[in-house]
Amino acid sequence: MNDLITLIASKYNYWAFIILMMLGLYAMIVKKNLVKKIIGMNIFQTSIILFYISVGAKEQATIPIIEHSHGTEAHPIQAINYINPLPHVLMLTAIVVSVATLGVALALAIRVYRQYGTLEENEIQSQINQL
Amino acid sequence: MNQQFPALIIIVPLIVALVITIVGWLNKKWCFPLALIGLGTPLLISVGLLLEVLKKQVITYHLGGWRPPMGIEYRIDHLSGLVLVVIFSVALLNLIASREKVLAEFPEKAGAFYGLSLLFVAGLAGITITGDAFNLYVLLEITALSGYALIGMGDKHAPLAGLHYLIMGTIGASFYLLGVGFLYLMTGTLNMVELSQMLPALYSSRVVIFAFFFCLIGLFIKMAMFPVHGWLPNAYSYMPTAASGLIAALTTKVMIYVMIRISLLVFTPSFVFVNTLLNSALVWLAVIAIVTGSILALAQKSLTRMLTFIIIAEVGYMVGGFWLGNRDGITGSVLHIVNDAAMTLCLFLAVGSIRFRLQSDRLSDLSGIFRTMPFTMIAFVVGGLSIIGVPPTCGFFSKWYLIKGGLAAGSYEFVAALIFSSLINIILFFRVIEIGYFNPQTEGRNDDHTTPANGGINEAPLGMVVTSLISATSLIVLGIYTNVLVGKVIQFVL
Repeated sequence: MNDLITLIASKYNYWAFIILMMLGLYAMIVKKNLVKKIIGMNIFQTSIILFYISVGAKEQATIPIIEHSHGTEAHPIQAINYINPLPHVLMLTAIVVSVATLGVALALAIRVYRQYGTLEENEIQSQINQL
Repeated sequence: MNQQFPALIIIVPLIVALVITIVGWLNKKWCFPLALIGLGTPLLISVGLLLEVLKKQVITYHLGGWRPPMGIEYRIDHLSGLVLVVIFSVALLNLIASREKVLAEFPEKAGAFYGLSLLFVAGLAGITITGDAFNLYVLLEITALSGYALIGMGDKHAPLAGLHYLIMGTIGASFYLLGVGFLYLMTGTLNMVELSQMLPALYSSRVVIFAFFFCLIGLFIKMAMFPVHGWLPNAYSYMPTAASGLIAALTTKVMIYVMIRISLLVFTPSFVFVNTLLNSALVWLAVIAIVTGSILALAQKSLTRMLTFIIIAEVGYMVGGFWLGNRDGITGSVLHIVNDAAMTLCLFLAVGSIRFRLQSDRLSDLSGIFRTMPFTMIAFVVGGLSIIGVPPTCGFFSKWYLIKGGLAAGSYEFVAALIFSSLINIILFFRVIEIGYFNPQTEGRNDDHTTPANGGINEAPLGMVVTSLISATSLIVLGIYTNVLVGKVIQFVL
């Protein structure tokens, strides 16, 4: 039991992202409402973004901005003092992608609503079956 | 200028896509010629690049002059050069064929349609030549998002099918992203070549193995591999016919290309093909895909839906062929990417013409179709023969390589599945031929303008007929020159 607690406590960031990911998957599979599915999809994407962000972190490191300006007292940069900015930059792109996906998904949901007058999947299915 | 070709191949369609969208608001007439330029130029460039790759070696290009690992590298080798030419040829043919369909189906959205298709093609071309694992994810999503929008432009149930595709596609892309994240965690680089140099020391690590699995699962969802193929039939049969040749012919094929690229370039064969249990499990999965795809195709009542299930079976061909893990299997798989893109294009163009004229593609409405649309049906029959695998057409040769690979690897179940699916395909296509050729035309079913009173020729517009005939001819040409293709290009892939 103690081992489990230390396992969870030492890698809590991974546990958080796994829980979020499973929440998203659960919503996408189980929920009947299309907008809830879309929200689940967004949670799923966000969990992966959080995973990347947490990967960049280091203990006792600061934000990756070099304090001195150009030309003044050029001292060597110790990479260990700064958190890794690359995953964060990658996630800026991934956030843009996820926002665009959300936009397209909601636009399609609006068209679905106009077509069937509902967003509940079982009601849509029964309408399709009646045709 | 010459050195900038690898970048131009993406930038030209990307910029033209934006221009077309704006021009579409001002004057619809300019959209089509602009799209023609936006796809014709990269086609010429891609042919030039392929010839250059054949002469010399791999072409690498550093975007913005930033060297890897800092910058993004574009990398054109034999495999990606070949796929690039296929992408642009298919896109150009489909563009010419789609002109009349766009005018008939959604004339007011011409700008949006052409813009989205160019964006789609730009994304596919980027996926093909990028040498950066994260850049591939971004381009994957560009392609997918424009694909969802194109599918959503269809009528009836298209938006719902598009939404389901979107949810599945996003799960797939996210899994791929997670896999790339694991790789980055272990190596600290995203450049494919550098990854392949750093990974061999880490092959025993569980993180790397899981990274590979996550990438593979993501790509399987994107390519509609058997257990996760559910999104494909609805999305592909409800999408507008103008886009069907483009999306159906290219999406799954490019995803299989990505699988091959990740497996061969990022991971090496010594990692990928070392676990025989995994390989045979994936081949078995492909066998199930082929068998279920074929059987479900038999149960469909409309042409387009039948073709969508054939695509699922064909995905099984290519995935299975690759995971056989020997030279013949992989050659067959790569050759089938080219051939299947051409075959799917040919069939979807022909079916698009039929749907354009008859406003229906139900098998029962096809009686007498050979008399009213002879040229379209010639293209359809050639495409069908190629899917079945009749010798002069290209489908025979890739199937030949796949069967040879299956025999060499000793996976007889794969060979049996290939032959079984060929037999089913014979039934599928000869059923269409029987209805269309031998059944007399039923009188007074359709409106006057769809069925001429004298029962004479009522072909689709010239652009559609010519493009379907060109794609049908390409099947035979590809078949005849298979030797050249394999000897000059594909054998260098391995």
